[in-house]
Amino acid sequence: MSNHKGLNFTLKVWRQKNAAAKGEFKEYPVTNVSPDSSFLEMLDIMNEDLLHKGEDPVYFDHDCREGICGMCSLFINGRPHGPGEEITVCQLHMREFNSQDGGVITIEPWRAAAFPVIKDLVVDRTAFDRIQQAGGYVSINTGGIPDANAIPIPKEIADKAMDAATCIGCGACVAACKNASAMLFVSAKVSQFSLLPQGQAEKSRRVLAMVNQMDEEGFGACTNTGACEAECPKGVSLENIARMNRDYFGAALSTEH
Amino acid sequence: MLDNKIPQGPLAEKWSQHKFNLKLVNPANKRKYDIIVVGTGLAGASAAASFGELGYNVKAFCYQDSARRAHSIAAQGGINAAKNYKNDGDSIFRLFYDTIKGGDYRSREANVYRLAEVSNAIIDQCVAQGVPFAREYGGLLDNRSFGGAQVSRTFYAKGQTGQQLLLGAYSALSRQVKTGKVKLYTRNEMLDLVLVDGKARGIITRNLVTGAIERHSAHSVVLATGGYGNVFFLSTNAMGCNGTAAWRAYKKGAQFGNPCFTQIHPTCIPVHGTQQSKLTLMSESLRNDGRVWVPKTVEMAQKLQKGEIKPTEIAEEDRDYYLERIYPSFGNLVPRDVASRNAKNMCDAGKGVNETGLAVFLDFKTAIERDGEDVIRAKYGNLFQMYEKITDDNPYKTPMMIYPAIHYTMGGLWVDYNLMTTIPGLYAIGECNFSDHGGNRLGASALMQGLADGYFVIPYTIGDYLAQTSYDKVPTSHPAFEEAEKEVRDRINILLTSKGEKTPDEFHKELGLIMWEYCGMARNEEGLKKAKGMIQKLRKEYWAGVKLIGINEEMNLTLEKALRIADFLELGELMVDDALTRTESCGGHFREESQTPEGEALRKDDEFAFVSCWEYQGDDQPAKLNKEELVFENVKLTQRSYK
Ligand SMILES: Cc1cc2nc3c(=O)[nH]c(=O)nc-3n(C[C@H](O)[C@H](O)[C@H](O)COP(=O)(O)OP(=O)(O)OC[C@H]3O[C@@H](n4cnc5c(N)ncnc54)[C@H](O)[C@@H]3O)c2cc1C
Ligand code: SF4
Ligand code: FES
Repeated sequence: MSNHKGLNFTLKVWRQKNAAAKGEFKEYPVTNVSPDSSFLEMLDIMNEDLLHKGEDPVYFDHDCREGICGMCSLFINGRPHGPGEEITVCQLHMREFNSQDGGVITIEPWRAAAFPVIKDLVVDRTAFDRIQQAGGYVSINTGGIPDANAIPIPKEIADKAMDAATCIGCGACVAACKNASAMLFVSAKVSQFSLLPQGQAEKSRRVLAMVNQMDEEGFGACTNTGACEAECPKGVSLENIARMNRDYFGAALSTEH
Repeated sequence: MLDNKIPQGPLAEKWSQHKFNLKLVNPANKRKYDIIVVGTGLAGASAAASFGELGYNVKAFCYQDSARRAHSIAAQGGINAAKNYKNDGDSIFRLFYDTIKGGDYRSREANVYRLAEVSNAIIDQCVAQGVPFAREYGGLLDNRSFGGAQVSRTFYAKGQTGQQLLLGAYSALSRQVKTGKVKLYTRNEMLDLVLVDGKARGIITRNLVTGAIERHSAHSVVLATGGYGNVFFLSTNAMGCNGTAAWRAYKKGAQFGNPCFTQIHPTCIPVHGTQQSKLTLMSESLRNDGRVWVPKTVEMAQKLQKGEIKPTEIAEEDRDYYLERIYPSFGNLVPRDVASRNAKNMCDAGKGVNETGLAVFLDFKTAIERDGEDVIRAKYGNLFQMYEKITDDNPYKTPMMIYPAIHYTMGGLWVDYNLMTTIPGLYAIGECNFSDHGGNRLGASALMQGLADGYFVIPYTIGDYLAQTSYDKVPTSHPAFEEAEKEVRDRINILLTSKGEKTPDEFHKELGLIMWEYCGMARNEEGLKKAKGMIQKLRKEYWAGVKLIGINEEMNLTLEKALRIADFLELGELMVDDALTRTESCGGHFREESQTPEGEALRKDDEFAFVSCWEYQGDDQPAKLNKEELVFENVKLTQRSYK
């Protein structure tokens, strides 16, 4: 770990009192930040400063601070989760930023019609939950299940399902997309089940229901720009979108849902 | 008198017999009962989904924006089950035995046996839900081994087992939301429990977006709100983890079991400075190949701390591989508590490294020389990468630095065999209760317990209670709701009108330091007494003035924190009281007065084979200590030794 001295930055932060209010950018200086601090720890410092001055702190979502809960969601210098590959904001460290020339950092919320702003940088992502509720499960009850090894699953298939299931539901894919499409998120869930034998019974019904809900929530159409994959902190692949499209058209064509 | 409701009969038959004796609610009548579940982690989500499937009306609450983000999501290593797929001699009895022994003989035989018994059904359930566990080339499930066991019984999904299990439970929950049997209340925090005629009949919540204080009535309340490790400020827990729900239940009469039993994990990334907000766990598996050391002399440690020399420049003969030296037979693989305590001893002796002097090395040099970098990369690549991202150091080239951190709380609300607290109709499941881990939890057994409680225990036991409860609903206009809501509003008003200079976080950090120093890895009477005084003083200062901003009727971060910290300031003192009365060392609780001549933990079974159950007596009265004696009929108590 480093013996560097503190860094100074100017933060340009989106402030919006509530969903109905008009938002604007405000500038805040932060000084003496350790390069080993995480981005969110830097925001903590700013918020403690604001509170001491009697000003309302800046609101942002976060919880686990280790890249797995999917709660943190900041658009930094034009990129969801900021600079760096395959990391979430909470895994971003201040040593990645240039503190020269005032070190201006712009911070915005996810911007998408389906993710309305609640306050400052906090957005409402319950649309994702409703998509899951539409069909993101295997319809079994607790208990009375055959032995876990009753159905062998080839390792390659299980690994692929795991790669899809790794999605943390953060919504960076939506924020990255110029159409605010949720295809990467939805296809990751659909793919996980579609790959596994356990998901076969409801395969068609599931993909139709989830895509339908996605459209209802007001997410945009997919035009294959690939921005979602490039910004996904978990490396969820575009392959999943192709797989979901196949499943969807197959299901839409068949009459037996 | 505490009645633990442990059924009669031989250990292996208790649960089946008990299930048969429990009263049932007729399927058509289940819809006449409402259940509140607070928490949507493994325990809460699995319980809420199962209740919904059975036909009860469920309301489920969490403070995050989605049920899927509960802290269970962060568990890495895996989940135990006694499947014996490896044919290596595992059995329900062995899992039971390892868990009882690992808990240093401070848990109940009957509960732990049941846990082992239902463990296999958990794996079946999760696979059927589509949880993508790791598999072998033959297509069957893979297992790995974990600390405290000599068999391979841990199921895993990459380093993201908790995430996959939680997403499985969340999918089951989502299905019930769709059917209308479960109603979700996200971004909602429970701030009090409502009792009517001595029974749990509802809760008071605050909507974290609008600030609305709301009343919810039900026939039974289940708390699945996780652990209270954040009392220490710095821990591996998520930022929002808190003790409020359990603490409020305690103050309404639910007894608190073994509050001082906390687990400290030896391999975490060290604190980098005062700006740090939380600590990150590095999987324990690293100790399979990493060697732990510090420099032999204080002078050399000081040079390292100042950055004057590099760790790689220190010659072999100047390194003290202290775990290998002190514990020749277990070496670097001693249990969590032993490894943690020894790291502290080295740092206390001035031999710690890092700028702060609060770290020890975990070195892969020998392993890389022996196996080659590629082998090490294949085993630990993602962990090394995570370490490098956080610290900016390359662990292939220079030793990692690690330090222990608070990780888990074995203590929690006392529950009987049915998982009911001492308040009728109030249940506690998952990390929130005290039940199955005694003085120390083994790796991969918290996930098992959360899902056992939620899928396979409480769906049965709650029926027994409801079957004896009338269908009548308590209207939320009942005076008990009125009163509880008023208490909450009063608490909020005091905090919001308080005028102080110190922020909630500043108080929290101070409390954390006191707890870590005096009620952390090693505890003694003098220190604990001092801590008690310090906490009381800090609490007084807190209520005299803390800096908040804004109003209740909006999203208010400072208020959210202030309410949680107010409860931590009380809970911390109870932890200290508990640590003071338990003058033995056991599991994660090390009393310096109780050690063997070699400096190892000394348990005192004659005096302390009991659960400490603390009963609230009022704010100005000391809590009352009740004891539940622990009876061991199936295992022989032995002192642990790793020499
Ligand atoms: C980094 C890390 C790694 C771990 N790895 C492992 C592992 O490999 N294997 C293992 O077995 N265990 C592991 N554990 C332990 C294990 O993850 C937890 O003990 C377990 O997941 C707890 O589950 P739970 O359902 O009891 O609570 P949690 O998952 O913590 O859920 C608590 C729920 O309660 C809600 N809540 C809390 N307070 C309130 C309130 N006042 N009002 C409303 N809602 C509230 C939260 O929103 C959340 O939904 C690990 C723990 C950590 C920290
Ligand atoms: S697909 Fe990637 S970017 Fe989209 S929600 Fe999942 S993890 Fe986030
Ligand atoms: S805070 Fe959990 S992923 Fe960033």
